[in-house]
Amino acid sequence: MADVAVHTHDEVTDDKIWEGGNRPFGASYGKLMMWYFLLSDAFTFAGFLIAYGALRISMPSWPVPDFVFSTFPGGFHHKPLYFVTVMTFVLLFSSFTMVRGVQEGQRENKKGVVFWMILTIIGGMGFLGCQAWEWNTLIRGENMTVTVNPFGTHVESGTYLEGDGHEIKAGDSFAAGDSYLIHKHGDDWAQLKYKVTDGPDAGKEKVQAFGPKAFGALFFFITGFHGFHVLSGIIFLIIILVNVISGLYVERKNGYEMVEKIGLYWHFVDLVWVFVFLVFYLI
Amino acid sequence: MGHSYEDSKKKVLKIIIILGIITIGEVIFALYGKGHLIEGASLPGYVVALVMIIMSIVKAYLIVYEFMHLKYEVPGLVKSILLPTLLLVWAIIAFFWEGSDWKKRRDLISDRNSQTINEDAKQEGYLKLERETYKF
Repeated sequence: MADVAVHTHDEVTDDKIWEGGNRPFGASYGKLMMWYFLLSDAFTFAGFLIAYGALRISMPSWPVPDFVFSTFPGGFHHKPLYFVTVMTFVLLFSSFTMVRGVQEGQRENKKGVVFWMILTIIGGMGFLGCQAWEWNTLIRGENMTVTVNPFGTHVESGTYLEGDGHEIKAGDSFAAGDSYLIHKHGDDWAQLKYKVTDGPDAGKEKVQAFGPKAFGALFFFITGFHGFHVLSGIIFLIIILVNVISGLYVERKNGYEMVEKIGLYWHFVDLVWVFVFLVFYLI
Repeated sequence: MGHSYEDSKKKVLKIIIILGIITIGEVIFALYGKGHLIEGASLPGYVVALVMIIMSIVKAYLIVYEFMHLKYEVPGLVKSILLPTLLLVWAIIAFFWEGSDWKKRRDLISDRNSQTINEDAKQEGYLKLERETYKF
């Protein structure tokens, strides 16, 4: 089909409007539908993130992101945001390589498209690898699950009556707002005893409470849903890469439009990450 | 349209560098605002949140308008995609309103619960007082 600009006024008569050949908004059917799919997907993600926000502000305390996400490969701890910044850059870079691939496609440069698409796929896999490491740390190292959230926040100050054998020693004091992680020994949770030193309960003995239950479910479902988008993006990128190599899109002579469409999807995944990064890690 | 291949190549490189700088800026500001960078120096939570939201919206704008090429589509297409997202403004206000109401209820419940405990304690104290007075 020729470009829309080629049509003269006479060609687009009332008769022909319903017989195909018209391109609404000057975009092809596939591209237009990709945009509307992404719009609907944006609403799905927005729904998830708004639910996260509503639940977060409804709780008296919420796990502090700088405490929860503070591990870095190689056994490093207390490195808030470091690892997730690396992840963000991996995804951002793959978005850049994707645009370059689309640009090479528009000037029908097959070699260029193949080169940049391969880099994009590697970027996507790198991101998923990072996410797998992060999930593994949270699930196996820190025992967070969909229903159990061992990351708590103190709501009053106090003094620990026992240590956890890691960083907390008996006699250590803490203030309201300090974070803690409840460790697990075998099947038992080691919820440490402490003595409250201020507020209406001063003098009472309490044990560390688990953090808001919804946190684990929200984290795994939202980042998981995003990761699933990345995974399906990689699969589609590979399928389209095979088609590019086979020369299918050279035949079509439409400036590798299929690469442009998967490009839209890939940027959308990056766009969603901007907001997941915002609500889960930055605020 | 009207931009050559070399121009758009340069432009994309510029955009990715800006996006990278904003991301680093976000991380540094978040760490500073929460007191991780300079000991004792931090900002109120809402200031950090507001700056983060503005920076994220700038990033979203760059991704959608430049990388996804929406800036160069016909106005009708742009409107049909961007206008529906305005519904989210309402959704955010409504659900956050609801969320803060849940918080009020939770606070109320925990307040009432603690009141019952205090009442018991008072009762116990009263009985003790009775016995003491009886002695005299």
